Amino acid sequence: MEFMPNFQLHRPETIEEALEARMDNDEALYVAGGTDMLVNVRRGIEQPKNLVDLSAIHGMKSITLNSEGLHIGAGVTLKELHGHEAVVKNYTAISHSAKAVAGSTHQMYGTVGGNLCLDTRCLFYNQSEWWRQSNDYCLKERGDTCHVAPGGKRCFAAFSGDMAPSMLVYEAEVDIAGEGSIKRVPLKNLYNNDGLDHLTLKPGELVTAVHLPQELAGDQSAYEKARIRGSIDFPLAGVAVRLRKSVDGTIEDLAIALTAVNPYPQIVSGLEGLIGTKLSEESAMQVRDTVRKQAKPMRTTTVAPWYRRRVIGAIAKRLLEELAG
Amino acid sequence: MSKKNHKTLLHCTVNGREHDDVVDDNTLLVDYLRESLGLTGTKIGCDGGECGCCTVLVDGQPRHACLTLAATCTDKDIVTIEALEVQGRLSALQRGFHEKLGAQCGFCTPGMIMAAEGLLRENPDPSEEDIRQGLAANICRCTGYVKIIESVQYAAAELKRTGKEVAA
Ligand SMILES: Cc1cc2nc3c(=O)[nH]c(=O)nc-3n(C[C@H](O)[C@H](O)[C@H](O)COP(=O)(O)OP(=O)(O)OC[C@H]3O[C@@H](n4cnc5c(N)ncnc54)[C@H](O)[C@@H]3O)c2cc1C
Ligand code: SF4
Ligand code: FES
Ligand code: FES
Repeated sequence: MEFMPNFQLHRPETIEEALEARMDNDEALYVAGGTDMLVNVRRGIEQPKNLVDLSAIHGMKSITLNSEGLHIGAGVTLKELHGHEAVVKNYTAISHSAKAVAGSTHQMYGTVGGNLCLDTRCLFYNQSEWWRQSNDYCLKERGDTCHVAPGGKRCFAAFSGDMAPSMLVYEAEVDIAGEGSIKRVPLKNLYNNDGLDHLTLKPGELVTAVHLPQELAGDQSAYEKARIRGSIDFPLAGVAVRLRKSVDGTIEDLAIALTAVNPYPQIVSGLEGLIGTKLSEESAMQVRDTVRKQAKPMRTTTVAPWYRRRVIGAIAKRLLEELAG
Repeated sequence: MSKKNHKTLLHCTVNGREHDDVVDDNTLLVDYLRESLGLTGTKIGCDGGECGCCTVLVDGQPRHACLTLAATCTDKDIVTIEALEVQGRLSALQRGFHEKLGAQCGFCTPGMIMAAEGLLRENPDPSEEDIRQGLAANICRCTGYVKIIESVQYAAAELKRTGKEVAA
């Protein structure tokens, strides 16, 4: 059996109770489906004294549709999400992403909130206690050197959630509950470009829902990832593309976002030049090169950075060409 | 860190039997099933979430018992591999794995069968692709998967032929 720290479990039934349980207890952490948190607890990466389980909160488990768009509770499972009719039809990339997470069993209980708030990942970090110990740990946890870039004081662990890029291309917003209030912010503001501290959440803040705007519903989109095996594995590189075009094929709107190649899920910049044009072989190549330039994979997986950089450009180009038809 | 373990009173149903047990807050469902209830059919093949050997049904859905805290299973209905045979008669899926040689060393088999059980309960007539998807979180080091897929197809055909539901 792996090491299991001795923690107290709290099972709040409302968002308010969850915030209280988190505030009132030392070294408390949230756990939703637990498909990442419990792995980290078992490996001694996280050693909480208190775990606040979100799975008994009923108010975060539904998907609702209204004139403003689609509202997804943070406790909705990936399976519920990828099978939801409005998601499949109107926000297709999001359905692709949810289906691409881990394996089907993980999708049964892994949640949207847990996926968006997933810890960053690295070859030197997602390892057993004895493995990390024999390597003197690293900057991200207990150690003082980064084994990926030993000279510096930065951590390059990659954000590797599959959901965020697809939600970013649909300009998703998230509700964040904190002491006494709920605020709504663009999803992109949830993240920092820092493997040590990649979430902008303040201690105890809880993501309660994701909102997808009605204006972008129905835009064509797709998500694809490179991974070692066809299932279970985290992305080595993942790309979401959303494209709106007119009847004659002129690009009216385009968004591309990346995962697993930076410490945060990243929106690709510099695509404005394509708006008002038709996709050509040349402009598709330019998009490929833009994506490659902005992706900054480091030696955080068993697969070499140069390959991830090449593949992320290739996926972006292919998805774009498929959507442009 | 205090030595005293925090405890929770767990009330749940396992294989049709009700249980009221005091469990440590940090007890994993897989350890509760194997150590407290002696249901060692559920296997442990990795250090968390990678292999699928520990798959059980919780409220009818496949779930990793190694990534589930026992104390979160209050009022849940848990089904393990032990519940599939009825009075010594194997379920359609168990017969399928036997007839079609879906098990070699057998270590992944309880998890495979429970994931397949969850699949057939939801989708009694799965395509090959549905079966591959439904078992995508389960790793087998022996069979190469082809025989496992045939085993599930055998069970689905059996259920259709006999008009029965998958074992409960
Ligand atoms: C073998 C394996 C393979 C995997 N492969 C993939 C993969 O390919 N792609 C992928 O994206 N993921 C993968 N995962 C990770 C995981 O299954 C998913 O990301 C899942 O969606 C996480 O959700 P959860 O509810 O289980 O999160 P948890 O593990 O419960 O939580 C994850 C983190 O989010 C925090 N959190 C949870 N909910 C909230 C909230 N509402 N507000 C604030 N913080 C919150 C937790 O404190 C924790 O830090 C894999 C996991 C395993 C074990
Ligand atoms: S990038 Fe460096 S500091 Fe960050 S987890 Fe990897 S080895 Fe540790
Ligand atoms: S023991 Fe490997 S997934 Fe649970
Ligand atoms: S039969 Fe040996 S691991 Fe599957």
